[in-house]
Amino acid sequence: MELAIIKAASAIGAGLAMIAGIGPGIGQGYAAGKAAEAVGRQPEAKSDITSTMLFGCAVAESTGIYGLVVAMILLFANPFI
Amino acid sequence: MNVNGPKILFKIPVLGGIPVTETVVNGWIVVVILSVLCFFLGRNLSARNPSKKQIFVEKIFIMLQNLIKGTMGEHNMFFLPYIGALFAYSMLSSLCGLVGLRAPTGDLNTTVAFALVTFFLIQFFNIKNKGVGGWLKGFTEPVAVITPLNLISEIASPISMAFRHFGNIASGIVITGLIYGALAGLSNILLGWIPVVGSIPFLQAGLPAILSIYFDVFTSFLQAYIISMLTMVYVGGANEPKVPVAQKQ
Repeated sequence: MELAIIKAASAIGAGLAMIAGIGPGIGQGYAAGKAAEAVGRQPEAKSDITSTMLFGCAVAESTGIYGLVVAMILLFANPFI
Repeated sequence: MNVNGPKILFKIPVLGGIPVTETVVNGWIVVVILSVLCFFLGRNLSARNPSKKQIFVEKIFIMLQNLIKGTMGEHNMFFLPYIGALFAYSMLSSLCGLVGLRAPTGDLNTTVAFALVTFFLIQFFNIKNKGVGGWLKGFTEPVAVITPLNLISEIASPISMAFRHFGNIASGIVITGLIYGALAGLSNILLGWIPVVGSIPFLQAGLPAILSIYFDVFTSFLQAYIISMLTMVYVGGANEPKVPVAQKQ
């Protein structure tokens, strides 16, 4: 019984941890929008802008990745069981 | 559905059995592939009439050279072999997923190793350039109260590097596993009632390839680029050129 509650709570917790995905989503969308603006204003700097945007996006992603790691620990390597 | 960590393939019978996982074995495969590639691409080079292969390799090499010159500066060019090896190993490891091997970078141990090398390089160059006293004093700047925060931010950068790379590749593995499970279930529902044909999960052919382009090809290139770029930025920041005294004023 207790184990079932722990498992259910872990699954819910993993789902809740993935709410962290909202932040990077907004941030990356904003970065991509700004990059599109920059390309529109200065099309000759397209390659520089793209690589800077990808780099920034990947760094902005890290908070979302923390949420993902917590969710994966709860699902596959649960410390409470 | 099967989403697992790396399996233990065998144990080395010393010190109570050192487990050798899929990660390590696939890492060996990647190293062998890279060595063979280096051996064959580095042979028969000529300055007079370069072959197509040589032009391609030189193009990649010059791109890498310009990248390092741009981010780390001219005085850090001796990092080229390390950055190149890091990029090649990280990218080829992540691309392992394409042929059904478990990607070595989908294991936290590999990415923590990458991040620890960067961490120790940063500390080494800080000590080398500022001296032990200056290095310790660097943590108390700008005011002494902020020291714990400085220590945390120093440790946070390798952790975030390791988790970022691991999380991206591992999430690809998990999502691919989920999609395969879902497609098997769906084809079982659609055609499960036919005796022999029904047991073939026909939907698994083709569809996952589209996802594979994003999760394997794009992500592995991007993460290899990110981890080598972050290494270059951090280490380049720790090993800045010594400014001559005359220019300082």
